[in-house]
Amino acid sequence: MDFLQPTTWAEALTLRAERPDALPIAGGTDVMVDLNFDRRRPGALLDLGRVAELREWGADDGRIRLGAGVPYARVIEDLGAQLPGLAMASRTVGSPQIRIRGTVGGNLGSASPAGDAHPPLLAAGAVVEIASAARGVRLVPAAEFYLGVKRNALEPDELIAAVLVPAAAGPQQFCKVGTRNAMVIAVSAFACALHPDRGAVGTGIGSAAPTPRRAPEAETFLAGELEAAGLWESRGELPETLAAAFGERVAAAASPIDDVRGSAAYRLHSLAVMARRAATWAWNDYRKAA
Amino acid sequence: MSGQNGHPGRAMTDSTTTTVAPPVTGSGRIGDSPLRPDGTLKVTGEFAYASDLWHDEMCWGVTLRSPHPHARIAGIDITEALTVPGVWAVLTADDVPGDNAFGLEHADQPVLASEFVRYEGEPVALVAADHPETARRAAKKIRVDYEVLPAVTDPRRAMDPDAPAVHRPGNLVRHLKLRRGEVDPVAPVVVSLDFEVGMQDQAFLGPESGLAVPAEDGGVDLYVATQWLHVDQRQICLALGMPTEKVRLTLSGVGGAFGGREDLSVHVHACLLALRTGKPVKMSYGREESFFGHVHRHPAVMHYEFGAETDGTLVYAKSDVLLDGGAYASSTNAVVGNAGTLGLGPYRIPNVAVDAYGVFTNNPPCGAMRGFGCVQAAFAHEALMDELADAVGVDRVEIRQRNGMREGDRNITGQIIDSAAPVAELLQIVRDLPMPPPLDPSDIRALPGAVGNTTHGEGVRRGIGYSVTYKNVGFSEGFDDYSTARVRLEMTGGEAVATVHTAAAEVGQGLITVEQQICRTELGVERVVVHPKNTSVGSGGSTSASRQTYVTGGAVKAACEAVRAAVLERASMGLGRPAADLRLDGEKIVGTSGEVLASLGEVLGDDAVEETVEWHHRPTHAIDPETGQGDAHVQFAFSAHRAVVDVDVELGLVKVVALDTAQDVGRAINPDAVLGQIHGGSAQGMGLALMEEIIVTDGHVRNPSFTDYLIPTILDMPPMQVKVLEYADPHAPYGVRGVGEPPTISSGPAVAAAVRDATKKPLRRVPIRPEHITGT
Repeated sequence: MDFLQPTTWAEALTLRAERPDALPIAGGTDVMVDLNFDRRRPGALLDLGRVAELREWGADDGRIRLGAGVPYARVIEDLGAQLPGLAMASRTVGSPQIRIRGTVGGNLGSASPAGDAHPPLLAAGAVVEIASAARGVRLVPAAEFYLGVKRNALEPDELIAAVLVPAAAGPQQFCKVGTRNAMVIAVSAFACALHPDRGAVGTGIGSAAPTPRRAPEAETFLAGELEAAGLWESRGELPETLAAAFGERVAAAASPIDDVRGSAAYRLHSLAVMARRAATWAWNDYRKAA
Repeated sequence: MSGQNGHPGRAMTDSTTTTVAPPVTGSGRIGDSPLRPDGTLKVTGEFAYASDLWHDEMCWGVTLRSPHPHARIAGIDITEALTVPGVWAVLTADDVPGDNAFGLEHADQPVLASEFVRYEGEPVALVAADHPETARRAAKKIRVDYEVLPAVTDPRRAMDPDAPAVHRPGNLVRHLKLRRGEVDPVAPVVVSLDFEVGMQDQAFLGPESGLAVPAEDGGVDLYVATQWLHVDQRQICLALGMPTEKVRLTLSGVGGAFGGREDLSVHVHACLLALRTGKPVKMSYGREESFFGHVHRHPAVMHYEFGAETDGTLVYAKSDVLLDGGAYASSTNAVVGNAGTLGLGPYRIPNVAVDAYGVFTNNPPCGAMRGFGCVQAAFAHEALMDELADAVGVDRVEIRQRNGMREGDRNITGQIIDSAAPVAELLQIVRDLPMPPPLDPSDIRALPGAVGNTTHGEGVRRGIGYSVTYKNVGFSEGFDDYSTARVRLEMTGGEAVATVHTAAAEVGQGLITVEQQICRTELGVERVVVHPKNTSVGSGGSTSASRQTYVTGGAVKAACEAVRAAVLERASMGLGRPAADLRLDGEKIVGTSGEVLASLGEVLGDDAVEETVEWHHRPTHAIDPETGQGDAHVQFAFSAHRAVVDVDVELGLVKVVALDTAQDVGRAINPDAVLGQIHGGSAQGMGLALMEEIIVTDGHVRNPSFTDYLIPTILDMPPMQVKVLEYADPHAPYGVRGVGEPPTISSGPAVAAAVRDATKKPLRRVPIRPEHITGT
């Protein structure tokens, strides 16, 4: 197995194109586990850890451009205000050591349905910036990025450059159920984002379908009900029945399985509870922000 | 009740002058908490564990394991594996020179499967190669032709006449029958329940590892992480067909054990490969293989019934306990012994009917784990005690105190409890400890779900649970349980140095520190060297059953006394005074009024005084096969826990807010180590109550990783209040009482009770999963 260590982004893209058998590795928190368990035997590892530009983030026109190699620990430290949902999710990733190594780009590359970064990216309406040596940059909305269990929209010669996330225009929440109180893979997860600027609601569901996914009907429903009741303007209380109905619609959007981490029925139940609570907390934050 | 014993019996050679306590120097005698010699190395990552073993020119061994829970091996073809460059040997059952069978109690487990495999993960073949990866790849090229057979994987089905037989003649390992008092007692209040306990893993952090080095005499030296060198040696010799002197074992760094290292793992395999290749062979399991490489805690299916007076006083108790032993016997026999003889808890019960069964299935073999049969039973008897309290309207602590054993009572096997049994006091202590502050929703780390951010206080209910349990210390039912200690005293560079040599395994619990403390106390020297643990000294017995401080501690104490007597005898000849008039005090020989007569250096000169003592604890006895009556155990250890939990009842998530305990340890030889055992044991019991389970479906382990086999983290374990009682056992060295297991037994049932209290749900299975609470 070869170990490729590009130091520039251009070199990384060239190597990616030349070596379709290479597996990109960022923090290694997923890749090394797969190697240790002998689940993968790639012809080469393409180490992106020395590509400095991947480890940067910046603000651009209301969007945060988060380099694919920025670790969770930096998201927590630097971006709690602009990307609160992603920062909350980052806090739940593994242990402190894993949060120092693991990256949002790596989470997208693995595309596990249980990846913690996915629900807030979906809820915020993030866009994945993908690049190849041959065709340059293309942008794929997060909602179209996840294709199946651990499959994503990358072509064999492409790498993830960054993820573009709109800075929060309203409150965001992230909830994750695990069967212990730290260092746990999600049994189910939910993120929501309020977009008062456009009267919209964003959602993201984790660990409850073959891919991370939105709950579009729940989004439309809640945004519509808020609009109809004039609540965006009045900032009145979120009716409990509305929050509960939103929760039910979020659960309805999931298609979970039974596995060692939890039953499908529990995943649906917990999604409904988390969505109800998260919507209520987000709305209360919105009211307080007035 | 026994009072607190003042100090260790000192200077038994001169009993008339032992009215003063040994000098308390704070320099590492018993009752102090000296720094562990391995402590700094461990926390800085420099300690050499067995997985760090290395030898020039060594090669690596790997194991090919069965993918099937039950199959007949029609053939094995190793041809292709042997062609892999870098491979030194490929071995199968045909290459086992001695008995192809091992086992702690019954030799029923093949070193390498020959005709049948009986559980998923059973070793079938071995490969040695230059590099572990080469060995793994070669192992994949071994072709095993399996004819898959029907498997019995439900212990309730194991004894059915039409169930597949795991072994001949049948699937029953042991039925313990215990009857006491009236045959058909009646009581005005009757409560009963069914309870199930899942399969817990020891989850030690240092996976199985060893290094076998072929020796010039045709024998082999094995460096290995284990719990009992000599019982390993006996089994290895039988498998290799070699005499004892040709198979020498040395303990290497052990990263936790908890019972999971009582059975053999890499031992014979590494020796076979080393002897075949003529090269040192290292074997070291990864985490996944480790889950298949050692036995687990028996899952249990239990039915319990209590009959009581209307005030809650127990009239009778019945239990029916079924333990899934998996594919091989391991220590199932003794675990059934504990689940039967101790499985009704530390209560006075006049009329008793117990049936405890251990059965073979095609599930992973189960055997020793901390708490050993008492853990499973405690969940049932403590849940039922709460039921009884509620049925008669008596407080849950008070009903336990009312029925609790006292010193002088007989337990259910008719054995008199002949030292402290402070059941009521332990309960009172944990009840009276300060309660944790009320729920604070402002810090999500303190809430169920923690940073998962699943609640800000919604749905959270608080619950409180109590538990009191007891356990035997040491080996029981007639086993001749002993340890051997060799102690040498000599002058080195003008300073007295004691060297203590035992084969008793240090597995992380701190035995080497205890051995040093005893030598300092008995011989008055500061410098104590702990000789590497190996088989060149007699057996130390197993590091299990909470027994090492008691038994090996007893042996070291006795060896020190023998050394001291020999030194005083030497001094007596030189000084012309009777030895009975002399004492060893510090590095001086003093007379009856404390006058210094000679220095130790003057007495010893260039000689060393060395004594070896084999020390046995009081004999125990087999129980009657029909009635289960008999003095089965040597000592009993009692503990109580109070758990306080916050449960998000809508999501089924639990935060343990407090887990406080009181335990009688007889005498705390090393108070810090005692606390460490109690903290760790409590966490392990809590883990079983809430999260730790090997999930086995149709004989297949579904979560062999620390990703999906969850053990508690620091955010799951609250700070503990621990109260240690020291009611000396007059029959034990220094009055000690085993410490390691009791906290594991009483913590889980208290946590489960607290969750039941918070949720008002019966919750008759552990670990309690979120879906059990939510009903989804």
